[in-house]
This record gives sequence, C-alpha cells and structure tokens, in this order.
Amino acid sequence: MPIWEPENECMSRSELEQLQLERLQATLNRVYRNVSFYRKRFKEMDFRPEDDLTEPADIRRLPFTTSKDVSDSYPYEMFAVPLREVVRVHSSSGTMANPRVVGYTRQDLKTWSTIVARILSAGGVTQDDVIQVTFGYGLLTGGLGIHYGAERIGASVLPTSVGRTERQIKIMQDFRTTVLCSTPSYALVIADRIEEMKIDPKQLSLKYVICAGEPWTDSMRREIEERLFVKVTDNYGISEIMGPGVAGECLEQNGMHLQEDHFLVEVVDPATGRNLEPGEEGELVLTTLTKEAFPVIRYRTGDICRILTDPCPCGRTLYRIGRIRGRCDEVVVIKGINIIPERIGDILEQIGGERPVYQLVATRHGHMDQLEIWVEVTERFFYDKMREQRALLDIMGRKITNFIGITPRIKLVEKGSLQREEGRVKQFVDRRD
Amino acid sequence: MLTVKSVHTHYGSIHALKGVSLHVRPAEMVALIGANGAGKSTLVNTICGLIKPTKGRIEFQGESIETLSPEEIVRRGIALVPEGRQIFCTMTVEANLEMGAFIHRRNGQQVEMDKESMYARFPILRERSRQLAGTLSGGEQQMLAISRALMSRPKLIVLDEPSMGLAPLMVKEIFRIIQELRQEGRTILLIEQNARAALQIADRGYVLETGKLVLEGDGSVLLEHREVQRAYLGKGAREIWDA
Repeated sequence: MPIWEPENECMSRSELEQLQLERLQATLNRVYRNVSFYRKRFKEMDFRPEDDLTEPADIRRLPFTTSKDVSDSYPYEMFAVPLREVVRVHSSSGTMANPRVVGYTRQDLKTWSTIVARILSAGGVTQDDVIQVTFGYGLLTGGLGIHYGAERIGASVLPTSVGRTERQIKIMQDFRTTVLCSTPSYALVIADRIEEMKIDPKQLSLKYVICAGEPWTDSMRREIEERLFVKVTDNYGISEIMGPGVAGECLEQNGMHLQEDHFLVEVVDPATGRNLEPGEEGELVLTTLTKEAFPVIRYRTGDICRILTDPCPCGRTLYRIGRIRGRCDEVVVIKGINIIPERIGDILEQIGGERPVYQLVATRHGHMDQLEIWVEVTERFFYDKMREQRALLDIMGRKITNFIGITPRIKLVEKGSLQREEGRVKQFVDRRD
Repeated sequence: MLTVKSVHTHYGSIHALKGVSLHVRPAEMVALIGANGAGKSTLVNTICGLIKPTKGRIEFQGESIETLSPEEIVRRGIALVPEGRQIFCTMTVEANLEMGAFIHRRNGQQVEMDKESMYARFPILRERSRQLAGTLSGGEQQMLAISRALMSRPKLIVLDEPSMGLAPLMVKEIFRIIQELRQEGRTILLIEQNARAALQIADRGYVLETGKLVLEGDGSVLLEHREVQRAYLGKGAREIWDA
C-alpha cells in the first residue's frame, strides 16, 4: 500500500528526533507567550523553555495537563491564538461539568486532514475508493475528521453519519462502498443486520473497515473480517489532541503508527506519573508539536496502552502504540461515548431532589452495546400510580440522553438490592463480555 | 546535513541565542527569518565558528563542529556569504575570487576552472575582473560575494541578508540567482529580513524571535501563517497578546 507522506513517515529516527526537538521548542515558546495557563504553570516551577529544554525528554519535568484542566478553561481559555484565527471549533462528549472545547486554525485543519490521509492510506484507502463514514458529524471530531482526510486522498466520501443501519446497508450496496469507517461494535451491528436481511456480504464491494472510537479486541477484529470479508485496521484519535488521525494501523495490523512528527508520545504509570519504558503498559500522554490554536503539553489521555518500537515491515519508522486496553480513570466508554458515572448521579439528583443509590450497567445484546441505569427506589423515586412512575422514568431517560447523547434503559430496583462492595455500591458494572 | 541542537550563545552579558535548534537536509533551501535583533546573524556566526556557543551542539555531516575554527569549518564545506557582503574592496575582483578558493590554493588548475565558471555565471565580473572590488555596484558586489563563497566548493552555502541595502530590481536579481543555486541542487541556509521573498523560494523556514525559535514549517505554510503575516509581512493589525 502506498505511504501518504514517505518523507515524513519513513524518516530516520535521528532526523525525527531533531524535528521533534525543534517543534517542541517552538511550541513551548509559543504556549509560554500566548497561553496564560501554561505561563503560570511554567513560572510556578521555574521552567523557562529557553533554558530548560535541551532535548525532548526534558519535557518530563513539566506537569501534566488533565482533562479537568481543559474543562476548567471552558470554552476558550487555553487557545493560543485569537479567536478570529480559529476556523473550526469542536467539543468533547459532555462527561465533565463543562465539555472540553478545542479549536483549529486553517493550518491545523490542513495538518489534521494530512494525518487522517496518512492513517486512511495505511488502512488501504486510495483515491479509487468509496468511503462510508458512520461516525457522528457535529461537535465531536470523528465524522468531519475522517471526512476531510478522505477528501484529501481523493476518495469518494459518503457522509452517512451515525445510525439507521438498514439505510447504511442500502447505501453500502447501491453506492458500492469499498471502505467502511465505524466503531468496531457498529461494524458488527451491520454484519448482524446484513445477515438478518439475507444479504450475501460477498456481493458487497467492501474491502476495508477502518475502526476507531472504543476499546475492542482481536477476536472482534477477526469476526468483522470473517463476516464482512474485509481487512480491518485499528485507529486512535482524541479530540483534545486533534481528533482521528493521531495514530493508525497499517495493513500489517501490528499496532497503530503514531504521527510522531506532530505529537510527542510518552507512557506513564497512571498512579505515580512516572515515565515507563517502551513495551510497558501505562497511560498514554501526548504533547502536540505543530498545533497552533490548541496546543497541549503532556496531556493525560486516560487511555491505557504501550509503545511498540520494533521496526514495522511496512517501512514506516514511526513508533506504534498497541491496542487501547481501556480507560484508567473512572470514565466508562459505551458506544464511543465517554461517560463518568458520577455525572449521571448529578442528573438523577436534580430530578428527584436527592441522590439515589444507582449503578451503571453496560450490556451487549448481539453486538449492540446498551447502557442500563439501575436505580434503587426510595419514596422520592416511587409513585403508586403507574402513569406517574412512567413519567418519572421518561424524564430521567430524556435528561440523561440529552446529557450524554445515548439513550439508557432505566430500571427501578428494590432498595438494598444493588450489589455492594464494602458497603458501597459499585457505580459501574461491565457485562459486555 | 547541518543540525543545530539547543544552541545558546552569549555576547558578553547578552543572551543572544536561547536554545535554538534547526536542521538543513541535503539539497534543501531553508530560510531563517526574524526581526532585527532576533538573533539571526548570531546564529550564522555561531554556525560558521566566528562565535563559540556557550551550550548546545552543532553537527555538520554527522560530526560536531562547534569547537572548530572558522577556517576548519570552511574546509569541512560551509561557506558564508556575509551580511554587508564584506568583499575585499582594495583588491581586484579576480583576487577576491582567489581568496575564496584559499583552501584549494595548492590546486591551481581547479581554481582557474572555478574562476572560469564564475565568470560564465556572472559575465559582468569577467568584464570587471581587473577592477578593484570597491568600485563595483552593490548588486555586483553581492554577485562577487556569492562567487567568492562558491570558490571554496562548499557543501552548504550560508547567505546572510543577501538582499540588504540593494535596489529593488537588484533584490529581484539576487533572489533569482539564489533560486538558480537551489535548482542546481545546492544546500542553502538563507537568512533574510525580507520574509516574503525568502519564504517564497525556500523549502522550509524557521522564525526566530528574541533569540528563541517560535515557528517551524514549510515555506508555503509560514507564508500563510497569521503570526508571520502580522509580524513580518505587514498584513493585519499587530496583536497585543498578553493575558
């Protein structure tokens, strides 16, 4: 498969390290000058980029940036350019009190589409392909991120966005889609529906599936490949860093090449923050090297993985990250949406006037992930009349849907019936396996 | 080919370069832009061995050169076309060229050949070969300065403000010559205040500000960069950006 930017994806490690050093110096000098958050931080610890950065590893002296920092700077506090130079704004799913807002300059959008073009090329996409993008178009970065990269390659893009599976399948048949971009679980939903609709998957034109958006397993990959007769690659993106394109697998399927000329990668022990060696599993920490509008220094992604440094037969010299093993904070990922169980409690409290005892349960029906919220009844959450009871459940469902973007099933359960550990109810139970 | 790593340079008590890194690949033209006093010429002088860095490394073709003498650096293949040209005014044009070939002085045949090719490139220099260099016009002096640098058969040419003090038409001509050198596959580090002209012909560029590197990118990208446009190309209002 062709490499989109061989001069950048295959450069020698020493050339790459020099480039990283130069870009890191420029980035630190710019955030020190333009972002009060970082200037304050650097000053507090007496870090002067011009004196204290001699090699990229010196960045380890700097504190981490957390999702809370980004959330607290809602909406524009951490932008490094005036708003008039920002041509696009995206926002994370609302797991926090404030969502995490990120901005892009015109050049940032060019960089973004280039790195998405890289991961799509790596996953088999060429200008001859018809690519169906089933990620959400909107404030989240998934849809538009992939879209611009696919256009950059020159593929024919079908921006079908999320949902309406039968229509997706009809489009896939009629428009002769050759590449599907979806979450792994949605690829399996499509496979199930194709089977139900008695369509022969071999009659489809599909060749590749570009998967992203949620932690998954190798057995899911094999299942998608066997049932849809495709080759499947894994991809990693995070909106605080850029969106899709941060890392992507090539057809060797042995880990996701990280765009190291644009991002500096570290893996740290989530508990102590200590830097780990390549190969050791820990929390992925990323620093942007070329972002203009929204540079971030040592951002804790919350995603668990490891760095793979052994050479890849594809010829790219960029290091890879292994499959994302899960989230290290309390964030729960369901259908590609990050959910913090505490926040669900906040909503229930708003509705009922008191914080009920509740538990989030993730289940998998076929290949469809479902969020259930089990709430123990109390007087405030219990009505004699069926109608009132149902109205309450409706309100709860609607409010939560508005907040997190997916529709949960809400179940009222008997007081004291939720499983307790050391007297406390576990806020999240994963029954997806 | 040339790699500068976190270099610091002091002029007495003035911290002129504060951890600057850059690189130039073979057959690449890299532009270094920045306002007056940003540290551009200090960087050039540091690369060419005229000032020693207080910290950091400079590698040329994989070997450290930051401790070498200017003469040894020329021998390794770096030729400087200095700011203000600095030709030898009281010597003839021809003698100036021969001075450029100082390190090859034992190879008379090569020097003659190279001189011939300089005259072919700039016929005006042949016409004036017996004249004192000080009598040349500014543009002619710049051609002479470039030729003198080429006489050392450099692997990397460093051009420090080649358009400075020249009439607009001559500036255009000098940039045409630089572009010609680039098309011949020569490796060039171009230091310029004329950011637009430099970025238009450069593969990549760096922006230096008060001794610090603040931007790096492809020439075309920097040309479009809002900060560069504001600060160096006179487009849009200058932003006071202190929170």
